[in-house]
Amino acid sequence: MTGAAGSAAPGEQAGTQPVRVVLAKLGLDGHDRGLKVVARMLRDAGLEVIYLGLRQTTESILSAVEQEDAEVIGLSIHNGGHLTLAPRMVEAVRAAGLDVPVVVGGIVPDKDLERLRTAGVFAVLGPGASAAEVAQRVRAAAAGRP
Amino acid sequence: MNADAAAGQVAGLFEQALGGDRRALGRLLTQVERGGPPADAVATAAWPLAGGAHIVGITGAPGVGKSTLCDGLAKAATSDGRRVAILAVDPSSPLTGGAILGDRIRMPSAASHDGPFVRSMASRGQSGGLALAALAAVRLLDATGHDLIVVETVGIGQVETDIARTADTTIVVVSPGWGDAVQANKAGLLEMAEILVVNKADRAGAGDARRDLEHMLDLGHRGEWRPPVTLTAATDGEGIDELYKNVQGHRRHLTETGPRVDGRARQAAEEVRRHLHHWGDLTVDQPSEETEALFADVAAGRLAPSAAARTLLAGIEPDTAGEVIGA
Repeated sequence: MTGAAGSAAPGEQAGTQPVRVVLAKLGLDGHDRGLKVVARMLRDAGLEVIYLGLRQTTESILSAVEQEDAEVIGLSIHNGGHLTLAPRMVEAVRAAGLDVPVVVGGIVPDKDLERLRTAGVFAVLGPGASAAEVAQRVRAAAAGRP
Repeated sequence: MNADAAAGQVAGLFEQALGGDRRALGRLLTQVERGGPPADAVATAAWPLAGGAHIVGITGAPGVGKSTLCDGLAKAATSDGRRVAILAVDPSSPLTGGAILGDRIRMPSAASHDGPFVRSMASRGQSGGLALAALAAVRLLDATGHDLIVVETVGIGQVETDIARTADTTIVVVSPGWGDAVQANKAGLLEMAEILVVNKADRAGAGDARRDLEHMLDLGHRGEWRPPVTLTAATDGEGIDELYKNVQGHRRHLTETGPRVDGRARQAAEEVRRHLHHWGDLTVDQPSEETEALFADVAAGRLAPSAAARTLLAGIEPDTAGEVIGA
């Protein structure tokens, strides 16, 4: 049985529930083409995307995560600010007492990957990531495994 | 999970949600969406406390401006001292089950902690499921102290009109160029409207649209209440105050003309009806030897489709139905 809400019980059938992910861009970064493509990839992989789009703040993202009970935050960054913005988001999530992984997508030089991981970013997906890989990493984030 | 364990799990969250904790409310809404014993526990906790809210349905074709109007309404109601919640329903893909829930980008007031509580909900496939979860979600938002609950649906199907039917006030939104006098008189969604809105009224043809709708109403409408036709340009905030005034006007009309308890009984009946509908869906969705044999009989002309449906429904007992939805 797929589809109808109210059909699957939490617990044994929880895996059949669509993963809910919030997608956003933080701060001043006008490049949302990538985020739109990722939203479509995730939709086509069977996930529920709560699309926030451009010019969000850590507060607006957290507000959405709470109300929507999202399991993952997908942050798209194309302005070179990843070393500032991504850790700030992770910190804000922790400060709010939430346990929601942050996945970063966009342009991130290899040399910065380790610093983002250390800062608590769950995964970084670059321009070469396939649709299958994007969905797999977001699902893995929701399930709390690497 | 048994009912007692589910009730225990829900009770704590429910207490927190009553105290205004948005995160707890968010989690409860997830339980409602998932169904099963926790959703039942939420429903029985919510019903006795519900009934105070004004439930407004807003519906219309995709892209007509429903979300932007919701945001405007929410702002108007908030500054009028009311606690507002918005339930925004978007379709799930019938192919993958995925969805893009994009209504929040039209609702800047949802970004702050003291703005309206906004929940996006995907229709998740079958018709029965959407209505079930949406109705239960509305009840929960009502029980947790929201005075105005706006339910936004794409009004293109029976399900959406079903949701509208459980609202106290239904707003149907069109835009200039949407149709003509003949369209206006076709049966369906427009008949459900208690308030009509021509949005994007800054565009050419808004006057024509209003005229066609007014002429349609001249030929008759349900009951005493004549649906006002409101012109809005939601992105500029134009006409929003008038729309809010009309929403309040209809609410007053309801309190003056009928006891609210009738509305609650009607809503309870609708929720029970949706469960029956949903169990019927499940019986068909979960293939078994029995269903396959019945379908084969129908295909071979040995059995009428309605007789097969009766056989399946007769096979559902309340206890079994509980198991079907995941006890």
